[in-house]
Amino acid sequence: MSEPVSALGGLRYEGFVRVEELPPRGMVTLRGDLGSEGLRRAVRDLTGLDVPDAGGVSQGAEHAVAWMSPDELLLLMPHAAAPEAVTQLQAALAGEHAMAVEVSDARAMFRLTGSGVREVVAKLAPVDMSRAAFRPGMIRRTRVAQVAAALWMPEEDCVELVCFRSVAAYVFGLLKVSAAKGGEVGAGY
Amino acid sequence: MLILTCPCCGVTAEETEFHGGGEAHLTRHGPDSDDDQFHDYLFMRENPRGVHFERWRHVYGCGKWFHAARDTVTLEVFGTYPAQTTEPPQHIREAISARRPGWSWRGLS
Repeated sequence: MSEPVSALGGLRYEGFVRVEELPPRGMVTLRGDLGSEGLRRAVRDLTGLDVPDAGGVSQGAEHAVAWMSPDELLLLMPHAAAPEAVTQLQAALAGEHAMAVEVSDARAMFRLTGSGVREVVAKLAPVDMSRAAFRPGMIRRTRVAQVAAALWMPEEDCVELVCFRSVAAYVFGLLKVSAAKGGEVGAGY
Repeated sequence: MLILTCPCCGVTAEETEFHGGGEAHLTRHGPDSDDDQFHDYLFMRENPRGVHFERWRHVYGCGKWFHAARDTVTLEVFGTYPAQTTEPPQHIREAISARRPGWSWRGLS
């Protein structure tokens, strides 16, 4: 088998926050009735995590479950575990109106760390990044400049952002400009 | 700035996160309709100065379609409601009446 590689080979940039591309991560899109007991059990068995409420993300040591829309979840896991996870979900959800698809290689992932992460995101996305409005444990699907992205905060002063792999270079460029030293707005987030 | 709240995922965002889908509550005349009905369905749209009903899609968010009632002049949004309706629900009409007494739109008021 060929080695999985991330879109940008793990590029990094040190501005007033650090921007880094993360290594390949396993991702599975799961669509179905998020209220159904069968689906909730299947997600719990696979990840050890509960299906989050609307707009939330539940995080474990290796897994995360992100709420993408009223009928869609994004499951994150180690890259090698994704194919097996799809098989397991399909078996668990046989007979239910649900669909599991591996999307690991369709995505790129970035992590921003530093005390100014809220500002870096706020410059690019139409999201209220104030501490009162956006907190760790929430996920927001939105746009960054001209492309779709989803972002959440694993903890304060850290943002993880997922976008399509085909626009990874564009998004890295955006984050770089937004995080460049001297570009601090001082909005007091 | 036009700020909408998606009734499907509850996110409030400005209009660049959404995409407009044209006028709401059209009757789609198809087979067995006459030429005039089909003509009206295809071409005749409201273009009001004031209260208007539109379809919107939360294109960068949850991806769902919904309806919005708003004022085309002030960009005031009277409410958003699910796409699975053929006419504005009562609470939306009341919200409009409270702000724009005497409004009318395609025979609704």
